[in-house]
Amino acid sequence: MSELKKSLEIASSPHITSGDSVEVIMRNVVIALLPVCAFAVYTFGTAVALVLAIATLSCMATEHFLCKASGKRSTIGDWSVAITGLLYGLTLPPDLPLWMVAIGGVFAVAVGKFLFGGLGSNAFNPALVGRAFLQAAFPQAMTHWAEPLGDSRFAELPTSTLALPFAQPAYDAVTAATPLAEMKFDGIQAANRELLFGLTSGSVGETCAVLILLGGIYLVIRNMMNWRIPVSIFTTVAMISWMFMLYDPVAYPTPAFMLFSGGLMLGAVFMATDMVASPITNAGCWLYGFLIGSLVVVIRYWGGMPEGVMYAILLANAVSPHIDRLIQPRVFGTGKGAG
Amino acid sequence: MLDMVRKDSFRHGVHPPEHKDDTSHLAIRRFPFAPVLIVPLSQHLGKPAIPVVREGEEVSRGQTIAEPDGFVSVAMHAPASGVVKRITLAPSISGSMVPSVYLQPHPAASQEVDDGEPCDVESATADEIITAIQRAGIVGLGGAAFPTHVKLKAPEGKKLDTLIINGVECEPYLTTDHRVMLEQTADIFTGIRYLLRATGAKEAIIAVESNKQDAAKKLRENCPDDMPVSVRVCPVKYPQGAEKLVIKSLLGREIPSGGLPADVSAICVNVATTAEIGRLLPKGRGIQERVITIAGPGVQRKGNYRIPIGTTVRFALEETCAANNISRVFLGGPMMGAAVSNLDIPITKGTSGITALTTVETGEATGQQEVYPCIHCARCVESCPLFLNPSHLGLLAKNEEYTEMAEQFHLMDCFECGACSYVCPSHIPLVQYFRLAKKMVRKLSEAT
Repeated sequence: MSELKKSLEIASSPHITSGDSVEVIMRNVVIALLPVCAFAVYTFGTAVALVLAIATLSCMATEHFLCKASGKRSTIGDWSVAITGLLYGLTLPPDLPLWMVAIGGVFAVAVGKFLFGGLGSNAFNPALVGRAFLQAAFPQAMTHWAEPLGDSRFAELPTSTLALPFAQPAYDAVTAATPLAEMKFDGIQAANRELLFGLTSGSVGETCAVLILLGGIYLVIRNMMNWRIPVSIFTTVAMISWMFMLYDPVAYPTPAFMLFSGGLMLGAVFMATDMVASPITNAGCWLYGFLIGSLVVVIRYWGGMPEGVMYAILLANAVSPHIDRLIQPRVFGTGKGAG
Repeated sequence: MLDMVRKDSFRHGVHPPEHKDDTSHLAIRRFPFAPVLIVPLSQHLGKPAIPVVREGEEVSRGQTIAEPDGFVSVAMHAPASGVVKRITLAPSISGSMVPSVYLQPHPAASQEVDDGEPCDVESATADEIITAIQRAGIVGLGGAAFPTHVKLKAPEGKKLDTLIINGVECEPYLTTDHRVMLEQTADIFTGIRYLLRATGAKEAIIAVESNKQDAAKKLRENCPDDMPVSVRVCPVKYPQGAEKLVIKSLLGREIPSGGLPADVSAICVNVATTAEIGRLLPKGRGIQERVITIAGPGVQRKGNYRIPIGTTVRFALEETCAANNISRVFLGGPMMGAAVSNLDIPITKGTSGITALTTVETGEATGQQEVYPCIHCARCVESCPLFLNPSHLGLLAKNEEYTEMAEQFHLMDCFECGACSYVCPSHIPLVQYFRLAKKMVRKLSEAT
């Protein structure tokens, strides 16, 4: 017993950690997204399974390749790029040609994430950067929507899915109208029940509000998401649209419609809450949510497009560092609390 | 998540596993004398004491061996009857060599403690008590080792109304304050009498966390009727034991940034320090031993020990049968304790415990953790009890923007509690950055 070990490790305190890691957080976000993905496959069929698979694979392959090319260790093991891939896939139209899916995925990771410096440095949500690129490059394909729950959705693939690269995709059917487009151009409001359970047409993963909210609640319980961001967005959108509805109930939709239609749920719960691109203080998160909420309403009511969640979030991402600069926590013993 | 703002507590903070059950039920035991005791002349913040013994001189246990040098300094006492072998440099926890007295205890001596000039609690004046505390060598035993008598003197123009006796003990593994509260209850109340007289405070509050209900009960039952003392139980949360936070929890007052407890009319003294004042002053003795917890997975005979000052960490670990695969040893608890690189350093007045981890824990939990970039998850911001922004400070530290850290982001307020590093999912060594940054800021301000 006299010879105790000679060499001891020295480290700076604290000598224990809570045990959570970036990998664990990212893995849990993927878990929270899985029910949404499963439901998307159920409503839109095999094509969507392929869209999600290609989206995720293209993102992961891009990250892996870029890491190797720049002489770093591959970072696909931290699961963050898997989230980007899944989220990106969930924002696409179900019958988007797969070659477009792949191109957007490469752009999302290469420009949206890697160019900024990789994990932790992306100024914008990479998934939305990929989608924004596709929206600009292929506006027609990005606004062609399939009907949900089509009879042959598992039996055969839409012709457009397997369209040849750089060829104009042929569509089997005319585009279905999303609830927001119906509202904007025809003044028809979808029933709340359909919106809640995702029985409308729209992007792959945006239709089922219930599953998205469940995923969000799971992450909030595990302390892996700041609930203030979605709550702030929902409150802002509901309040503003409620005021407009009071002003003119015929021209403006109900708050419930505004909340549950389009990409608002998916965007507010899974996109706006991207930790890297959102403010770090709680007060900042309230402001950031307010900003997104107001932008969504403005774009939806007065913009050229029926939906504006993507641009609202990207704009707020750009403002986020400035919010952080503006709003810092009140340090203990300073200001009015001291003494 | 939801930050519960409760009464009797502060905001933010963390909940590390407590690990206190291993030792909290074990009564304080006496530790044997090591063959050689090393008594550093500077075990406190402030000026080192001046030795008043010579090499070769025989000393008896409790005899003053070094006198305080000025007001911010305290006396040292012989931890055992024996011979002063040498007065020379000895290794210390900081890695630097510090002047120390090497004492060889007589193996067969009775080891009775010398009494000195008693200080009577009923008749002594405030200044007499303050001097007696300095002469007894008393410093903050919670870990800070700041000379207690310096605290007791309120700065000009400030009045102290509340004396807080800090029995929070929020560090994992440590149970010394807990045992002292159970076993030295009477000493604590005597100590409070001295402190109330010395400070002029009108009331005393003993702060205990809810994981020590038995101690709170014992204190309440034994509280003398004539004393203005109350016991308050706070919910468990790290780092509630910090002076600023225990005052916030109990009184709701915020010490101004860069200020002292006296700025909010409060004074905070550790419960073990209070017990030592109550034990030593009536007999005019000085600190020659202290209670520490020796615990952690690397120690077999875990427990709370009354150990002579100057015992080496090596002797302490050998006597408690430390496992051979210990890989990390630190003085204090795992959140703020300093890692030991050399087992031959002595236990000093500020050492509240020794915790030893083995390769099993360090290999998995702390050793090979990969550091990721900051993902702005805000957990550090949500945990910092002083509402600093560790995420941003960490970024600035990486870019060596030390001046900006201090001037705009209150770096110097950080007391290195470790909450931010504890929660960081990217395993960024934030506290280590801040320690370095604080050092650089001090260097820069000295240079100009």
